[in-house]
Amino acid sequence: MNVVVCVKQIPDPAAPSALDPTTHNLDRTGKLILDDSDAYGVEMGLQLASGEGDEVILVSMAPGGETSGLRTALAMGAARAILISDDSLAGSDALGTAKVLAAAIKRAEPDLVLTATESTDGYTGTIPAQIAELLGLPSITFAKKIAIDGSTVRVERQTEAGYDEVESPLPAVVSVTAGVVEPRYPSFKGIMAAKSKPVDVVTVADIGLEAGQVGATGARQEITDVSKVEARAGGEIVVDDGNGAARIVTFLEELKVI
Amino acid sequence: MPVDTVWVVAEITESGPSSITQELLSKARSIATNVAAIAWGPDTASHAAALGEYGATKVYDVGAVGETLPGVPVAGAIAALIEGGDTPDALLVPASYDGRDVAGRLSAKLDRPVLTNVVGLSENGGLSSEHTLFGGTVAATAHFTGEGPQIFVVRAKSFTAEPGGGGAAEVVSAPAPAAGATGTAKVTARHVEERTGPKLDEAAVIVSGGRGLGSADKYEMIEELARLLHGAAGASRAIVDAGWVPYARQVGQTGKTVKPNLYVACGISGATQHLVGMKGSKNIVAINKDQDAPIFSVADLGIVGNVHDVLPALIEALKNR
Repeated sequence: MNVVVCVKQIPDPAAPSALDPTTHNLDRTGKLILDDSDAYGVEMGLQLASGEGDEVILVSMAPGGETSGLRTALAMGAARAILISDDSLAGSDALGTAKVLAAAIKRAEPDLVLTATESTDGYTGTIPAQIAELLGLPSITFAKKIAIDGSTVRVERQTEAGYDEVESPLPAVVSVTAGVVEPRYPSFKGIMAAKSKPVDVVTVADIGLEAGQVGATGARQEITDVSKVEARAGGEIVVDDGNGAARIVTFLEELKVI
Repeated sequence: MPVDTVWVVAEITESGPSSITQELLSKARSIATNVAAIAWGPDTASHAAALGEYGATKVYDVGAVGETLPGVPVAGAIAALIEGGDTPDALLVPASYDGRDVAGRLSAKLDRPVLTNVVGLSENGGLSSEHTLFGGTVAATAHFTGEGPQIFVVRAKSFTAEPGGGGAAEVVSAPAPAAGATGTAKVTARHVEERTGPKLDEAAVIVSGGRGLGSADKYEMIEELARLLHGAAGASRAIVDAGWVPYARQVGQTGKTVKPNLYVACGISGATQHLVGMKGSKNIVAINKDQDAPIFSVADLGIVGNVHDVLPALIEALKNR
């Protein structure tokens, strides 16, 4: 079985983020890392594609031929990666990104496509359904458990009230929530092996798209104004010396919550 | 000049239109001349009065979708209406599990972009959407530049739900076209998890726990305190990722936006990811042992202390009242 896992390489979420002052695009110039949200899909893929001849293929879009995040996922055990890297992709929106990913996914002819629910930096959360529609595939979003049974994928899908059991014929697109599975840490051997695993770097033209469909032109939306939000004022800080709980009780009484 | 026509993707629960559906209809009413709801389910007509009350004058009834996940049939029905020449200026879609499926499918079908995580909308000849970025420290205004219906995916609690006193909406059948392979994902069983107390996004009081609890079993303290305050129990992303509690409890950028009267953050450091989902709360109490934790910057009352000392004492004090 071939499993494609879409992964995003993002600026370190722990570092301060910024928008480019003129283009209003997210500043992605520093070193990029594997989005934590994607480690769950990579692990799930590795567990589902563990048989003889099975393969986990990463698909990612990133500027400047960036592979550091991909190497992390390759070190976890993915077999190879397709990276779409092209200057014309700067400023792409969710639909443009989905077009690029879908075109690259097709090349891998997967039985199953896994994505995160949303990325940590852009968090639009529409890409799984957009990819599925572009590929003409069924999709199950918000998976908290996945099993493969022959040519059927069975999923426990998070809902407002609890969860639904959902099944779909393969191939299908499934988006996973964090916690679907515990991601492994790359072993030393994995890290060494990842260095020589193939990363197929392709351009927009290579995957049969035109530059106008993607990037800032394809996005057909723009940010017109950016402003700082006035910070919420902090309040009273009390160091607990045994009276912390009593102080909270008084506060709750003042609010008439109790 | 108001926008001519806005459609709202309307989610119907057992008790009628969901709270975000009411919020979106209320907002649509204030910016557009014509407001229609897109609804699905076995008995949409019985909700025409409730949808009309919040501002819809028309309900496009997709009909029962049975065991099919709603994303494909609902997006299909909307696309069929649009291709048939009935086109809204904008669509407002809830940022919910099914709403995001509908928006994603529709966007690809119509080849139209989406603006997501919308927290405000204003009408000034066209429509502009407001978004908060980087943990709510930056506000951005955006708009679409091309032709065609504008698809906005809106976060819960962005607008106030206000009944407008409108009469029952006219129900118009808008069946979903055949979906082929895309429509083959089927629900085989539904599980409702036991919940006591109010829903997370409707609770007046929310008590949330984070990594500082130390282990999964300590989350019981959060549930107990929530129960004592007649509130709901929430969680930070860290402990959802760790598998201590289900995703449905998660408050934050990836998760729910909440604006309760009181939010109590226990053992939560306050990563921007979390702050963006709760800093709109009216009153915030934070308990954390690290006095430099970012959560204290938004707290009305911050207790620098160990949750394992403060929480049991607080629970005890409330029980004794």
